[in-house]
This record gives sequence, structure tokens and C-alpha cells, in this order.
Amino acid sequence: MIFTLNAATVDVDAHPMKRLLDVLREECGLTGTKEGCGEGECGACTVLIDDAAVCACLVPFAQVRDARVTTIEGLGGDHPLQRAFAEEGGAQCGICTPGMIMAALPLGEKPSLRKVREGLAGNLCRCTGYEAIYRAVRKA
Amino acid sequence: MHASKIASPLAVGRNVPRKDSAEKVAGAAKYVDDLVFPGMLYGRTIRSTIPRGRIAATRLAFDQRGFVVADYRDIPGRNVVALIEDDQPFLAEREIRHTAEPILLLAHESRDLLLRAHVEIGYERENPVLDPESSPTAFKSLAIDKGEIEDGFSEADIIIEGEYRTGHQEHIYIETNGVIAVPQDGGITLLGSMQCPFYVHKALKSMLGWSDERIRVVQTETGGGFGGKEEYPSLIAGHAALLALKANRPVKIVYDRAEDMIATTKRHPAIVRHRTGVKRDGRLTAMDIDIVMDAGAYVTLSPVVLSRGAIHAAGPYRCDHVRVRGRAMMTNTPPNGAFRGFGAPQTQFAVEVHMERIAETLGIDPVKLRETNAFRPGDTTSTGQILGEDCSALDVLRRAVRRSGFRTRQRRYAGTNRGIGLALFYHGSGFTGGGEVRLASKASLGLTERGVQILVASTEIGQGTRTMHAQIVADALGVPFDDVYPVQPDTSNVPDSGPTVASRTCMVVGRILQQCAEEMKTRLGGMTPREFFAAHGPMIVTSEYEGPSGIKWDDSTYRGDAYSTYAWACDVAEVEINPDTFEVRPLKLTCVHDIGKAIHPVLVAGQIEGGTAQGIGYALIEQVVMREGSMANAQLTNYTIPTTLDTPPIDVVIVENPSRYGPHGAKGVGELPIDGPAPAIVNAVRSIGIDLREIPAVPEIVMKAIDLGKGKTDARHVPL
Repeated sequence: MIFTLNAATVDVDAHPMKRLLDVLREECGLTGTKEGCGEGECGACTVLIDDAAVCACLVPFAQVRDARVTTIEGLGGDHPLQRAFAEEGGAQCGICTPGMIMAALPLGEKPSLRKVREGLAGNLCRCTGYEAIYRAVRKA
Repeated sequence: MHASKIASPLAVGRNVPRKDSAEKVAGAAKYVDDLVFPGMLYGRTIRSTIPRGRIAATRLAFDQRGFVVADYRDIPGRNVVALIEDDQPFLAEREIRHTAEPILLLAHESRDLLLRAHVEIGYERENPVLDPESSPTAFKSLAIDKGEIEDGFSEADIIIEGEYRTGHQEHIYIETNGVIAVPQDGGITLLGSMQCPFYVHKALKSMLGWSDERIRVVQTETGGGFGGKEEYPSLIAGHAALLALKANRPVKIVYDRAEDMIATTKRHPAIVRHRTGVKRDGRLTAMDIDIVMDAGAYVTLSPVVLSRGAIHAAGPYRCDHVRVRGRAMMTNTPPNGAFRGFGAPQTQFAVEVHMERIAETLGIDPVKLRETNAFRPGDTTSTGQILGEDCSALDVLRRAVRRSGFRTRQRRYAGTNRGIGLALFYHGSGFTGGGEVRLASKASLGLTERGVQILVASTEIGQGTRTMHAQIVADALGVPFDDVYPVQPDTSNVPDSGPTVASRTCMVVGRILQQCAEEMKTRLGGMTPREFFAAHGPMIVTSEYEGPSGIKWDDSTYRGDAYSTYAWACDVAEVEINPDTFEVRPLKLTCVHDIGKAIHPVLVAGQIEGGTAQGIGYALIEQVVMREGSMANAQLTNYTIPTTLDTPPIDVVIVENPSRYGPHGAKGVGELPIDGPAPAIVNAVRSIGIDLREIPAVPEIVMKAIDLGKGKTDARHVPL
């Protein structure tokens, strides 16, 4: 099946009902997208489909046909959000970080605190109490 | 020109870049589930579905082609998880003591076939013990006595009693427990998410009956621990090792969220009863405290959890006559274990809510009551420890009251559905009593071509171990922070620095590293590390923990210096109660924490903010529902932790009153922040006029407290 993955066109052979999360991690070797709960509650597997943040554990592979999928690897490591997370202590144990950054991407530059809190409400972090994440997202 | 010859700015006290940030924000850090080995199988654990009984029969009701099956008979050494007591088996033989107890292990290369494999277990059921107070078995009982309790009561004008209850709490590290066992060259390598590689090493050694060098344990990047990866990884490591050795192939076991919640450890529920003698002016004359903790089905770490809970049970208050009795009771529920705070959140919840009730009863302002009784330098604790100048109880209390505008808000909220409350608390740094001397932890520094390598078993689990240790070493050696680098803890490569627990990684292991660096500096004889390496090649310096002189502890009488230092804090909580749903919404927390020295202020603030959020969850929403000894809500859908919308602004103030013992005066910070939010929040709810004494204060509990209060003639007006 053909789709766009991190700005490249790819053809991946996997069962259409396989979770996008597993296809990314296993078939595509992109392990930056994490599994935290498998039921769409924690947001650790957040990726962008076209420009919307979704939980990759809830998306069957068939649904991304002809779509644009962006994972944390697609940001290259030096995106302003990634730099801000590093500087502000937004990443502690790091397991929620890729999903958190992907969920923050659609919020745009220098969003208000209210917008950040609402935008990240589907992403759980157990380390930071979110304060450092707010500082990072609002700075980027 | 060598960069290292230019005087570098000191690293300690600055927010230098985290050693692990770049990989974590890029999604490049490798956690155990990100690793794959050639020929690797997946493992699955078949667990009991009853809380108590005996296994009558097991039947494998599936096509066994391609499967590896292991049970207790495959264990070559001892079938016990070596920890404090040798009572918990890796795999049940006949007796079942709790639901989700491991019985049988399966491995297959297809996860789908593995999940579909059906195993039938027949049981002879027995009646489970589910109430810790009616359990006939105490795993541990202890007593702390200071003065003569009856003398204290005879000095009192009033005696105030109360009972306080706290529930289970799930760790909810976002990365579940997981390991991979790889059989190699007559030995085994175990990689996994863990806090304590040498605990796993010890447990595998005992289970396999092997010598040290055949077992290698490597910590992989760990997605949170909070105590939940202190002792539990030993069990899952044993399971993966058994399957891997039987299959002679690598085996990965990673729990899904439901299994992690049903099977792994939780915070001990507690019932704490206080009977306190006070003078009319608020001075405490006698504190009589009884603690019951629900240990679950096996001993695990319950004796030491109870111990820390009991030592902190009288709060940071001066009182000449204290009696504490504590019991950790066996029940037929999955074993409870280590969780950030380790018994102290339960007992300090009780004493801080009790203090609030004392203030209410005497008609004394809650700040004034605490000012009257707070420890000062020179005071003695319940174990007879004389506190030094590093005691900051009064200072953090006064700062928190000022910072939060406590008085103004108290007046502003009066008669509304908003309230404000506070909690004063403390937390002993490092192992209790003689624990650190017994551990005799070691740490090493290696001089390499690249710079100076830190060799410790202390794990990075998010708190910043790698960065904070490198800062301490860089400054002690006088080299740039970037020249010091950490290595992944690997039992074949690092000395045993003790477990990554008990708020000890900075204060205790950091201090040993500082000693290593001081010695290395002497050996360098004025050369830079690079010059020395070029001239003489590599060098390793190892140092061992030295118990501070003058610290005395007697484990048999529970008298003496329980901890070499304490960290002190005061939290102020502001809350609003919804008059229709009885939901309590936190509006703001102000947290003033004396942690001696902030080696890295951003990391320290991260510990305080994160621990406070976890404490808010503990106080208000995190409810483990147990049915017949099994967690009934083992999902993040209905066991909820604070999201961005549940977590209020947290205003953190770091106070630095140094300890004599930690590097640069540092005290422990990891656990302190979880002790305060629950009592501060409950006291804020109490200020609205609701007699709340139990957590988690979910709406049903709040409603019950309001209904009970309405029946009493002395209940204050509830503006609902």
C-alpha cells in the first residue's frame, strides 16, 4: 500500500487491519512512536495523519492509504519544538516525548497556555507535571 | 591548545544540557520494546484467576507446535525472588496467594498465536483474606517509643483522636514493564526497563544457581519508574530468562497496560489512627499513632516501606512523648511494593490532616499550630535523632504562607466553594538507619580517550542521573561538563552503586563520585585528563561509601539517626468544589522545598512539579477498585492520572539549606514532593467545611463526608 511517510512516498506491505503503530514500528523500523496503553488514552503513539494529531494505536493501516503520515523521525531532531523540549526539561524519561511533540506541532508557534493545555490534554506525562512541557511548547 | 586548559564555568548549579535530551526529543532513544534480536520469541505469562487456593490441574488447550512452555520445574536454582524474605516464587508450584500470580510461561515467535493460546487451570479455592485488619498474618510489626506516652497524655488539656485512610496507587510509568533475555556462551544477558540492575542480577543468580559472571544485566532506556521498577523487574527477568534458556533463543516479555496494572506492585493502602494530647495553646504533649499497611500476598519490600512510614508518622513536629506501632499485614492481593515516598505519603497524609483537625478543635489558626510545633534545629525526632542546622521546617512553612498569600486567600475564600490548605512535611534522604553502611555502595570513574567516564549502577529513569552526576564530577575534577560522560548501567561493566531508590542517587552516589573525582584529580598531578591519557593511558578510580561519623542507629530498638539528613517542604493547595458533582478541582499548588542544593535547578523543579502532579492524582482521582482481590479498573480509561487539564499551575520555590553530607550540600529530592499534595488538598477541602479524612477524595468519598457532616450538630456550614 502506498502512502507518504515523513515526506517520502513509500510502499509498505502489511495487513490492512494491523495497527498503524505496529506498521510504523515493525515494517518501517520507526521506533520513535511509542506504545503506552494501546487504547488511545495516553497519546504516546501520537503521529500526524495529514495535519491532524492522532493515536497510531487506534488507526488501522488501511486508513492511511494515500495519506501523509509524519512521525517524530520526520522532524529531523533539530526542530524548534525538539530544541525547546531539550532546553526546558520537557523530556524527563522521554517515553511520552515523541507523542507530546507531535501533538504540539499543530498548535503552531507560541500558542497561548490555554491552547497548549487543551491541545495536549490527550497526552499523558507522569514525570513533569506538564509545567516544563508548557514552557517548551510556548517557547518554540 | 587544549580546551580543557581554559578554566570552564562550574557546572553545578547551572542548567547545563541534559546528557540524554537530544536522543529523547528525536525519538532515537532505545527502550526495551524498540530492540529486536535475531530469532527472538515473545513471552507470555499465564496467571491465576483466583485470589487464594491451590492449583489442581493445568491443561494446555492449544496446538503446541512452535511453542516453548515453562513452569516451576524448569527452574534450576531456587524458586524464590531473592529480596528481603524468600517467600515469593517466580512461578507458583501448588499454592496460589493472589490473583494474577504467575503459574506458567509460554513463548512463540508469533504474538498472535501466543495471545490466542488457551491454558486451562483448575483450582481448589480457599477463602481469601482481603481486609488487612482481619488478616492473621503480620509480615512485619514495629514499635517506636520516645518518652512515656502516658505522661504525655496526663500533661494534655485535650485529647484528639482520628482515623485516616489512603488507597492503593498505580505508578503509571508510561513505559510498561519489559525485558529481553538473550542466552549467550553458556550465560545469559538480560536487558530491560529497571531501576536496580544488581537486584535483577541477584535474583537471576539465585533462580539459576549460577555464578556471578554468567549473568549480565543491562538497563535499557527506562520510561519512568517511581518505585514500580525497583523490585518487580526481578520477577519478569526471571520469567524471560527461563523461557530463553529453554528455547535457547532470545525472549522478549513486554506487558501491555492491563497486565501491568493487574499484576505489578502498587502503593500500600494504609489505615492510620492518631490519638494526640495537646495543650490549649496548641503544644503537642503526646502522639500515639497506629499504622496498618496492606502488604499484599508476599513480603517484597513491605518491612522497609512500613519502617519509613513509621519514622515519618509523627510529622515534622516536636513532641516529647511519642508512641508509634506499625504492622504490615498479608492479604490475598497482588504484592504492594516500592512507590515514590515509600510509606511516608500515607503516614504524613494522616498526621497533616490530623493537625488540621487539632487546629479546628482548638480554634487555632492552622499556620500558628504548625509554627508552635514545627521542628527547630536541636529538637529530637521520634527516634531520638537530634536535628542539626539543616532542619528547615519553620522556614519552608513561613515562606509558603507568604508566597501563596495564604492569609488573604483564606479570607477571600471564606463562605465560598473554594478553600485553601497546607501541609508541612519532610523526607529522610537515602536508606533508613544503617542501610547505607550495609549497602557499601561503590562508584568508579574511568579516564578514557574521550574524557572521563562515569561508571555507576545508578539508573537514569527520567530524573536526570546522567546529567547531575556528570555535573558533580566535572566540577570536582575541574574539567568541562562535556568531557564527562555516562555509560549505560551494565553489571559486567559497572560497580554496584546500590539501587536507584530512596532519594539517594544524588546525595549518596553523587558524593561517592565526588570522592572518586577528588582522588582522580590528585592522581592527575596537575595534568589535564587528555595529557594524562596521552602519557599514561587509561586509569580507573573506585571509591566506596563512607558512613558519616557520628551517625548512630540501632535497628533492634528503632533509636538513633534514622537518616543522615532530611529534606523539608510546605505545600499550599487551593481548591474549588463543584456543588453539583462533588468533584474537587485543584486551582493552584505552591510548593516550597528545601533540598539542600539544586545541582541542576531545571531537573530539581522537574522532580517537584512531577511529584506534585502525582500527589494530586493520589489525592483526588487515582482510585484502584479492587474486586475479589483483583484490580477491576486496570485501564487508563477508568484509572485516570492527571492530564494537562487536571493539573493546576504549580509554583515551585527551591530553598537551599545545605546538608553536611551530600555533594555541595544536596539532600534527596525524588520522593519529598509526593508527601505533601494529598494532605494540603484535603486540608483545603476541610477549610470549606467538609470533614474529609480519606483519599483518593473522589466525588463519592466527598459526598459521604458531606452527608456524615450534615448529621452532626457541630458541623460547620457547608456552602453547597
